[in-house]
Amino acid sequence: MKTIQKLLLGLGAGLLLIGCGNNSKSDSGAMASSNAEKVYIAPGEHDEFYAFMSGGYSGNLTVYGLPSGRMFKEIPVFSQFPTNGYGYSEETKAMLNTSYGFVPWGDSHHPDISQTNGKLDGRWIFINENNTPRIARISLETFETEEIIEIPNSAGNHASSYVTENTEYVVAGTRFAVPNPQKDMPIDEMKGEFKGPLTFIKVDPEHGHMEIDFQINMPGFNYDLSHPGRDKSHGWFFFTSYNTEEAHSMLEVNASQNDKDFIAAVNWMKIKEYVENGGGTEVAGTYAHNIYDESTMMATTEMKEGVTSVDPRDVPGAVYYMPVPKSPHGIDVNPTGEYIIGNGKLSTQLSVYSFAKIEEAIKNKDFDGDAYGIPILKFESVLEGVVDSGGLGPLHTEFDGKGYGYTSFFISSEVVKWEVGTWKVVDRQPSFYSVGHLTIPGGNSREPFGKYMFSMNKITKDRYLPTGPELEHSAQLYDISGDKMQLLLDFPTHGEPHYAAAIPADLIKSKSKKYYDLEENNHKYAAKNESEGRVERKGNEVHIYTTTVRSHFSPDNIEGVKVGDKVYFHVTNLEQDFDVPHGFAMIGANTSEILVMPGQTKTIIWEPKREGVWPFYCTDFCSALHQEMQGYVRVSAKNSDTKLRWSLDDEWKE
Amino acid sequence: MKTASITMIIGSALLLGLFLFPLWSITLEAPQYPSGIGMYINLDGLEGHEKHDIQNIDGLNHYIGMRKLPKQDEMWEFSVFPKVIGGMAILGILIGLLGLFKKVSYKWFLGWLVLMTVLGVMGIFDFNAWMTDYGTHLDPKAIMKMTDADGNPLSYKPPLFGSRDILNFTAHSYPAIGAILMGIGMFLTFIAYIIGLKKTN
Repeated sequence: MKTIQKLLLGLGAGLLLIGCGNNSKSDSGAMASSNAEKVYIAPGEHDEFYAFMSGGYSGNLTVYGLPSGRMFKEIPVFSQFPTNGYGYSEETKAMLNTSYGFVPWGDSHHPDISQTNGKLDGRWIFINENNTPRIARISLETFETEEIIEIPNSAGNHASSYVTENTEYVVAGTRFAVPNPQKDMPIDEMKGEFKGPLTFIKVDPEHGHMEIDFQINMPGFNYDLSHPGRDKSHGWFFFTSYNTEEAHSMLEVNASQNDKDFIAAVNWMKIKEYVENGGGTEVAGTYAHNIYDESTMMATTEMKEGVTSVDPRDVPGAVYYMPVPKSPHGIDVNPTGEYIIGNGKLSTQLSVYSFAKIEEAIKNKDFDGDAYGIPILKFESVLEGVVDSGGLGPLHTEFDGKGYGYTSFFISSEVVKWEVGTWKVVDRQPSFYSVGHLTIPGGNSREPFGKYMFSMNKITKDRYLPTGPELEHSAQLYDISGDKMQLLLDFPTHGEPHYAAAIPADLIKSKSKKYYDLEENNHKYAAKNESEGRVERKGNEVHIYTTTVRSHFSPDNIEGVKVGDKVYFHVTNLEQDFDVPHGFAMIGANTSEILVMPGQTKTIIWEPKREGVWPFYCTDFCSALHQEMQGYVRVSAKNSDTKLRWSLDDEWKE
Repeated sequence: MKTASITMIIGSALLLGLFLFPLWSITLEAPQYPSGIGMYINLDGLEGHEKHDIQNIDGLNHYIGMRKLPKQDEMWEFSVFPKVIGGMAILGILIGLLGLFKKVSYKWFLGWLVLMTVLGVMGIFDFNAWMTDYGTHLDPKAIMKMTDADGNPLSYKPPLFGSRDILNFTAHSYPAIGAILMGIGMFLTFIAYIIGLKKTN
């Protein structure tokens, strides 16, 4: 009996030992007084927020942690990315297809996170491309670009890619007025002839797939930025425009003559109904729609033709113009949806419009004429207040959810905090230097997380160690939990951080994918275990199915390849563990390396030019025997009769 | 006898928990596996703590030349153990029922417990022997060949019970819920015997 008692005691002790996990969770923030402590994330601890910054001219999106300012990842979106083969591998090349052919670069601007009921839901992030108008959707499970849709009849897709409060639509607006449809015509006859289409793209609520629903064919002003209504103004979308002068030369001067430009207020619900009831006309417009399928691991392009175009004058009550002081940039809506803020970048003031007043003015037909048939609401009737800040060049405003707005001032290089309702400035802090946009996590939703705000600055000189004439841009993190803003941290960013979206880490990190399940790998050329490693010839194409595990390729030697062949390396990573990619690089390949994530298959092409025995190797340090992870391809003369064979597990196979 | 018999039935029925929950758990910890990597030993086979842990343990073990962990059909134990445990549970319940209808005396409860203990000890011996074999019979072409201070090949046998450092890993070997339920069950059959003994006297 005693044995049994001892056994039970032992079992109990075992339970206790198992129960001893590491529950160390330090909370040093409460007593912290210095700024350094406020941004310090101890080794092994996680940041509180994800920040997604556009890369601007890098064409990509970068992921940072807040408050540390550490960069975690660069997500390739509109630009080829040799780091992992995006835009080079056979699977991802199609992502960069457009109606102009393969475009290997883009200019990414405004990321926006999907929303449900006006709150960030952390499912996808959208970002626009300015130069060759496109919008991309990135999965926040895999942090990979899953879809890119081109916007036809548009140029300079800048007023983009903001989402409505249930992610019903993501929008695109043309910054450069252009002929619609495009045609050969004298530039100086643009006035009244050029157009500024605003595009509404439907988002499938389940998969996020995008589809162009309609384009509103607006007068040819330059549409700059946009923002959806929230809560009570849900159903509306607001777009700023500049160059209402419709100038085509020396825009710096000629587009800055009017004392007021326009905000276009669009009742998209009304237009949606109109289109659903058969309204609008089908116009020409060729565009590429690229989708990456996670199961087949393949991106495909569908070329589409034609869009539904809506003349705003055909839908009474759907579109109005509101005057706004001088060349506005940002247009922002506060969390309750009541106030719409126009940021006139050549002015010193912010103009605050009231949604209730807009509705009232529409009801009373309180118009001040029209522009190309679109009624202009009387400025005084819709204006709720003015933030008279004394700053120069207000660009963009976000909200903290506690009754304050924060506006960046480009010319006077500062961030200004003001009170919603009284419109009084309560604080101002300099930025270093020339701040463009600023971001508060969730700051453009119904539920901001008003603890931090960060500004994205255009000029960096003297802030960091110099790196020659070219410096990375700079972001600055402010603590906005108190009455006064407090500058906590300077950190460099990659590319031009044109705008950012940020979200509490808890809404994303538990859903983040760790590896791809091999069982779900439906890639056409996958080899799911080492015994499937093989080589097949089809004419002058040689398909090499190779697998990777720590620390070898199977097969690792290949003979029978000839000069002039087109060699496809189909690399399947058999690992099923978090963060164990394998790389693949081939000497003389005119592409890039590929990084293959666990469970993934990727294909890259090599066209051998010279006879010889040429090595390939793993580029991602994977194990103690990483250096040994290599193989050879023997390349024979074009007409040689070298037999096709490969070595698998130390044996030659044919 | 009523309380004793019901206790006996409950106690032996707790063995059936092994068909639902794992018997044992072995966890490996190392800096690069912050949340550990490990496996459960079930009555009828091995199972990773996470979906792919078995594959990943095999991947680690190949450096030192260990075999791949056995699949369900590669060890006779995985087909015999369920029969033994199932049989003992049914036998215990049967004895309990017979006790309830006063067909057998409380001494049968002790008899069952002794038999179960003997079988348990045999199981532990078998388990230990398998781990010794697994941890010491290594591939002669192993990538890394480690020796102890005396120049003998290192053993990578996980501990039968407790924790042990093996190269860069710490291995923890402890009973899992199934074994704990079994232990409680066996204890209850002992209680059943004591109750029976007291009632009779």
